[in-house]
Amino acid sequence: MLPKWFNEWNKANPTNVFGPAIAIGIVGSAVFVAALLVTWGNPVQTESMQTGPRGTGMSVPEYNVARKAEDPTVAGYSSAPPVVPGAGAARAGDVIDNAEPLLADLTPENYERVVNAMRTWTGISVLFDGEENYQTVVARRMIQMTQNLNENWAGHVNVNGDAGVNCYTCHRGEAVPSDIWFNVTPVNENVGGWAADQNRATSMSSSTSLPSTALEVYLTDYDSLVNVHDLESRVAGVPGLDEEVHTIQKTEMTYSLMNYFANSLGVNCVFCHNSRAFYDTAQVTPQWSTAQQGRQMVIELNQEYLIPLKDTYPAERLGPIYADAPKAGCRTCHKGYQKPLQGMNMVADWPELASTEAPVYE
Amino acid sequence: MFNIEYQNIFTQVQVQGKPEWGMDDSGEMMAERGGKPWFSTLAGWIGNAQIGPIYLGWTGMLSLATGLIWFVMVGINMLSQVGFSIPEFIRQLFWLALEPPSPEYGLSMPPLDEGGWYIIASFFLLVSVMTWLLRSYLLAKEHKMGKHVFWAFASAVWLFLVLGLFRPVLMGSWSEAVPYGIFPHLDWTTAFSIRYGNLYYNPFHCLSIVFLYGSVLLFCMHGGTILAVTRYGGDRELEQIYDRGTATERAALFWRWTMGFNATMEGIHRWAWWFAVLTPITGGIGILLTGTVVDNWFIWAQEHNFAPAYDGAYGYEDYGSYEAFIGKEN
Repeated sequence: MLPKWFNEWNKANPTNVFGPAIAIGIVGSAVFVAALLVTWGNPVQTESMQTGPRGTGMSVPEYNVARKAEDPTVAGYSSAPPVVPGAGAARAGDVIDNAEPLLADLTPENYERVVNAMRTWTGISVLFDGEENYQTVVARRMIQMTQNLNENWAGHVNVNGDAGVNCYTCHRGEAVPSDIWFNVTPVNENVGGWAADQNRATSMSSSTSLPSTALEVYLTDYDSLVNVHDLESRVAGVPGLDEEVHTIQKTEMTYSLMNYFANSLGVNCVFCHNSRAFYDTAQVTPQWSTAQQGRQMVIELNQEYLIPLKDTYPAERLGPIYADAPKAGCRTCHKGYQKPLQGMNMVADWPELASTEAPVYE
Repeated sequence: MFNIEYQNIFTQVQVQGKPEWGMDDSGEMMAERGGKPWFSTLAGWIGNAQIGPIYLGWTGMLSLATGLIWFVMVGINMLSQVGFSIPEFIRQLFWLALEPPSPEYGLSMPPLDEGGWYIIASFFLLVSVMTWLLRSYLLAKEHKMGKHVFWAFASAVWLFLVLGLFRPVLMGSWSEAVPYGIFPHLDWTTAFSIRYGNLYYNPFHCLSIVFLYGSVLLFCMHGGTILAVTRYGGDRELEQIYDRGTATERAALFWRWTMGFNATMEGIHRWAWWFAVLTPITGGIGILLTGTVVDNWFIWAQEHNFAPAYDGAYGYEDYGSYEAFIGKEN
């Protein structure tokens, strides 16, 4: 097939082509990749947010792709400034038939404004169309919950700039907010004790093999304490038998909760802690206290508002295993961001939702 | 010039012929050597291509049998936890575990489903590991060898016993033992460090890391050195020990001129053996002290003045703003 002179020349000049071919291939590929990186930029560039003293390695890295992208639900938010009532303005309760009692003292304009906004935020068009819709009953309690959050938990929701919360903070246009949670434990069969609640990839363990009980305990029980360390170098006692001696198992449960915290906020351990001494309150960031308060806030949310609504919901809204009421956690609001909706102010336009007192219009 | 064949990273010429069966001077020693020997080209790239025969003896048989019982017991427990569903067993395999008893049982025998199976399985694992250890001694004795491999394996067994037997007994609770599971034993490791205030401040943990990484470094230096002088016969290490040749001279000079010191053809193996053996010995001491003598290693480190203090504020507010970080300033 090849010309005769070529075959003869080849036979007369045997050459190892593989060595140079491999070398040229490797060097050529490296040059090609380097050229791509230089001209197109590193596709996985990151930026770090320093959270502690130099030398401690405290920083929260994030891919630029995610860091610079806007939370897509921010664009879906709609708001309307209040209509400042004139002197002797009508009262919604007197003008509108079957007006929601909780909002009856608003002017008709502001009543319509609030109700329409709530319908948009939750995607429930029949909201406040009468109590035969369970959503109306739930919404009434949700308004009180929102007012409570803005009024009494400013230390969490306004800790770093005025943000506050309204229905959209959790709902984001959906009737059922994403990232709610239900009880699932025990998760393993034919086994008791600690083994029953862990070692299973579940949504409640963030797909780790850590215990699935963390939220069930630490986000609903007022008396639960998140502590795993001894505060002296030596503490006598037997784990499990002496109350004051913490167990490895409880540490794993705490780890599960912390992992949930971190995933919910899109951060890592050193956003709050100096990882060399997790327990040491002298080496934590202000965000640690914010998170502490957030946990107390969520316990109140669940105990005072969400769990008691169990009998109001239809069966399909209850938990798949224990038919328990849907509950909230960090992720229900944060949705993976340090600040929900990237710090957008959610109450500026909504004095009706900011306080249990009569709204103050300015 | 760089030439891949010249680097001698893989065996250049593999000899595969009639398999070597070993001596049989008394005429009855073949009885316990089992398995038809064969050749693996893949194994031959690195070293000897011959696989088998194997001599198990009573210790090997007992060790394999009890080890298999442990393995199956762990597996059936995992299978039971997913309701004997094979797909779920495969899906959750890396998550599942046979857990030690719950903390409230202390050192008593718990019900089977709350750690009883763990105690029984652990007993079989103990027999399995200890008979394998004995096997390494008996085989060395039979070959009239020193017992160095036995002692080296014993140091690993020391760490194994500390984790699963000595420390739980000293702590007064079987719940302190390590679960048998892929991810769960990693969870345990992290939780153990956090529970006891950061194991990185445990000086014996530090030593263990030094010897572990040191072993890796020594192994790489030794392997690299010997491969580099095989062209002068350096891979015949025993001959080089009693009749030092140019391979040894070059290797020794290389390191002496590189770092001012060199091991000898014989001494490098002492270095490697001690580094390897000291890894689990020091690690085991560190684990044994944790929870029994020291409950918070970070505080212990502060008391002994080797946890440094750092100046500077905690919290990102002192280093920038969230708005700037997400590129939304103003």
